[in-house]
Amino acid sequence: MKTWRPLAREPLTREKDDTAESELFFRRALVLLCAVLLGLLAVGGRLVYLQVLNHERFTTLSDGNRVRMQPLPPTRGFIFDRNGVVLADNLASYHLEITREQVPDLDATLTELRQRIELTDLDIERFRRLLQRSPPYAGVPLRFRLTDEEIARLAIDLHRFPGVDIKADLTRRYPLGPRTVHVVGYVGRIDENEMRRIDPGQYRGSTHIGKLGIERSYEEALRGRAGWQQVETNAEGRPLRVLSRTPPTPGQHLHLTLDVRLQMAAEQALEGHNGAIVALDPRNGEILALASRPTYDPNPFVNGIDFASYRALNTSKDRPLFNRALRGVYPPGSTIKPLMALAGLEHGTVNRHSGVHCPGFYRLPGSSHRFRCWRRSGHGSVSMDRAIAQSCDVYFYSLAVNLGIEKFHAFLSQFDLGRPTGIDLPAESSALLPSPEWKRRVHNQPWFAGDTVSFGIGQGYFLTTPLQLAHSTGIIAQKGAHFQPRLLYATEDPGTRVKTPEAPRAQPRVTVRNPQFWDTIKSGMVQVVEGGTASRIRSPQYRIAGKTGTSQVFTLGQSQRYSARSLPKHLHDHALFVAFAPFEEPRIAVAAIVEHGGGGGATAAPIARKVMDAYLLDRYDEAILAEMQAAMRDTRAHGSE
Amino acid sequence: MDRNDPGRFHFRIHLDLVLLLGLLMVSGMGLIVLYSAGQQNLDLVLAQGVRLGLGFVILLALAQAPPHFFRFWSPWIYLGGILLLLAVLVAGDVSKGAQRWLDLGVIRFQPSEIMKLAAPMMIAWFFANKPLPPKLLHLLGGALITAIPFALIVVQPDLGTALVVGSAGAFALFLAGLSWTILLALAGVLGAVIPLFWTFGMRDYQRQRVLTFLDPESDPLGAGYHIIQSKIAIGSGGVYGKGWLNGTQSHLDFLPEGSTDFIFAAFAEEFGLIGGCLLLVLYFFIIARGLYIAVRAPDTYSRLLAGTLTLIFFIYAFVNAGMVSGLLPVVGLPLPLFSYGGTSMVTIMAGFGMLMSIHSHRRP
Repeated sequence: MKTWRPLAREPLTREKDDTAESELFFRRALVLLCAVLLGLLAVGGRLVYLQVLNHERFTTLSDGNRVRMQPLPPTRGFIFDRNGVVLADNLASYHLEITREQVPDLDATLTELRQRIELTDLDIERFRRLLQRSPPYAGVPLRFRLTDEEIARLAIDLHRFPGVDIKADLTRRYPLGPRTVHVVGYVGRIDENEMRRIDPGQYRGSTHIGKLGIERSYEEALRGRAGWQQVETNAEGRPLRVLSRTPPTPGQHLHLTLDVRLQMAAEQALEGHNGAIVALDPRNGEILALASRPTYDPNPFVNGIDFASYRALNTSKDRPLFNRALRGVYPPGSTIKPLMALAGLEHGTVNRHSGVHCPGFYRLPGSSHRFRCWRRSGHGSVSMDRAIAQSCDVYFYSLAVNLGIEKFHAFLSQFDLGRPTGIDLPAESSALLPSPEWKRRVHNQPWFAGDTVSFGIGQGYFLTTPLQLAHSTGIIAQKGAHFQPRLLYATEDPGTRVKTPEAPRAQPRVTVRNPQFWDTIKSGMVQVVEGGTASRIRSPQYRIAGKTGTSQVFTLGQSQRYSARSLPKHLHDHALFVAFAPFEEPRIAVAAIVEHGGGGGATAAPIARKVMDAYLLDRYDEAILAEMQAAMRDTRAHGSE
Repeated sequence: MDRNDPGRFHFRIHLDLVLLLGLLMVSGMGLIVLYSAGQQNLDLVLAQGVRLGLGFVILLALAQAPPHFFRFWSPWIYLGGILLLLAVLVAGDVSKGAQRWLDLGVIRFQPSEIMKLAAPMMIAWFFANKPLPPKLLHLLGGALITAIPFALIVVQPDLGTALVVGSAGAFALFLAGLSWTILLALAGVLGAVIPLFWTFGMRDYQRQRVLTFLDPESDPLGAGYHIIQSKIAIGSGGVYGKGWLNGTQSHLDFLPEGSTDFIFAAFAEEFGLIGGCLLLVLYFFIIARGLYIAVRAPDTYSRLLAGTLTLIFFIYAFVNAGMVSGLLPVVGLPLPLFSYGGTSMVTIMAGFGMLMSIHSHRRP
């Protein structure tokens, strides 16, 4: 204890004047004492205000403190396709709700309820979890979608269970379920992560939130605003009358650019395959169809899918939950060649007439490695038109090496390759437009000349999504006019029914030195269909411009030959096709990808043709129209219109 | 021990009887109210009684140490507290969305609690040898001593504790003689900056949160529910109260947290305006005694420390009572010596222990 003595005895510095300081302190302490007095007087005054002046009002409130606040959740907006077909609506249903503070013995109540209606352990577990984070005065749902029979059985002696109520609610329903899930998405119960993210005031009384797709990206507009009411209740807490009410604002109806007939036609065209089709209107960026196959039914997800079904979906090797159109990344393969040619023209590396000799392979100067053309015997001398129409690999190997990766990277970025297109759906993949900088950063390796060679035919590190391919094809169709892909067509006020159309989201135009360059590559793309690798889909009614692609899943050795027969299916090439039509005035741009489908011309092109036929010739399968009409009848029967 | 010892027993064990009387009266009332507010659960009252007992033991222990002992350790406690706050930031446990707890295996505690004492001790230590009123440079030093733990606690986030630490620093600077000119200038700058920040520095949802914080009744099912029910409890108590054990709001479970942060409402419901005013008078009595001890203290360190600790006690009482009666926004601070719970009880008792030490080690 002696050690700190000297420090404490430290003499005061000469500047310090203790008398003056203690006087200063006294004055300051006095000021603060007055402040304290004022503060406590303010509280005292507040008590007088509450306990004397407003005593009667609060006594009334306390006496019948049977006054409860009830949230009034808003009605979620519907979702329609561009022709007014309902894709998502709300179905009137009933659920069982328990208000904790009014239940004398929770366990006993649950046991008794179990004897009357079916309650799984899962229901109970979920209920208890929810109960923990809800205030005691809030009703917590126990079982959803009660059947009429269950309601009847419960109603008989519901009075014996204080705090247990049958509540009407609205269950989100997707009439065309699996057909539209990759676009519309679904709503589900709010989970713990979302709980932290959202503003609780806005979700008071709401149990669901958009999880995926349009339901998620337009959550705010669809949800509306919560209201609340003050209700007077009897001793058991049952509502007697409403004292005051702030009504909720219902959510907006959304009309999508999607044509659900075309969506179904696209999905049907993929029958028997895994893959994706994206169709859009190049004149304004409106998505007409966005199909990913296989697909799944969103309806069970709304109130919580059971574990076994979820696991089956999640572990299926076909990955139905995976949105291939938006998040599937595939090497673009030869479908990228028209853009490569355009980059060559823009930078003056090639012109329309300059030719390249294709002996069936390409060799980098000073290297013995052979990069093969898909046609082993070679194409001989090829000009640009023929290089696109016949998809000559050697022409593009040589173009890529002459132009160099940096210029390609800058040029292709303008078409939103390697970055999100900005579509109004969540979790879009940006795929990958490789660059030497990227390779150094991610692989810590330099960019080799051979990387540029494979890049020239859309292989190697290059990855694109089906959406990006349809989008860039649309930009070609429009000679550089660039619209952000979008699904929102119009919003509708549910009260006034006034529709507000959404304007096209125009982006800066892609410009080239000479506008004729666009015509050059477009004429190459027309020849793909009219005499090239996709001749089989030539249509007598309208002209199609397209490009086939076959992207490797598996790298062959130097002397090996690709043979579909000798390879397992999961190593087969992906088949790709991009197209726009009609050639003269394009109204639709399509990208079709068939996983492990083999050749683009043989598999993907006919599928894309079916979609274009449906849209341009208004030719839809009877089965599709019947399914759509059945869904609409069903919707009307439930009175959601 | 002390040569100038008047020889009376309470002085020999370094207790100030006047202050002790005030503390005992308030905590006694607290136990009685807790019995009612806690649904007549005797275990709850016993647990609180044990905590109070522990608090008085700590008070008694600290009262034995002379003030220069606290002075010597001030910078070390402060430094340790800062290190612990940093540790919480890096490795703290998250509970109810805030990172406040440090788990040392044996005990789990909130280092921010230490700061409620360490920050005033450090400021007092800092000004102890400086001429007062302080020069501008010294003022900045004092402000920095407060700002560092304040910032570390705000990011946890723990608004209540940050408020206590921040206002402790502000009171200490004021007591040290912060000039009125600077005070007015600061008020002017704040008055100018806040509207600018509101308009340009915040997003819509952040503004919404602040508005809900300032006016909880705009969210009657969430933040506002507590306040609405608490006002009903207080208002329905009237002048004379509904009587002990007769409060309906708290007994029928309408009043949330009726035995912890909102115990003042349960008390005012049963004991009315008379009870409420009596409690306010007792608080004023304790605070006035604390300031008296501060004014009588022999040196700068003791004066500043005693004054600041007393005002921390005031902040607790004022913010809690103001919040519960709907006068102030909801900040999670307990009502001192009343609310059920242990953490802040220990801090408050330790603070009074130092006050008693300062008073009883004075040479007459």
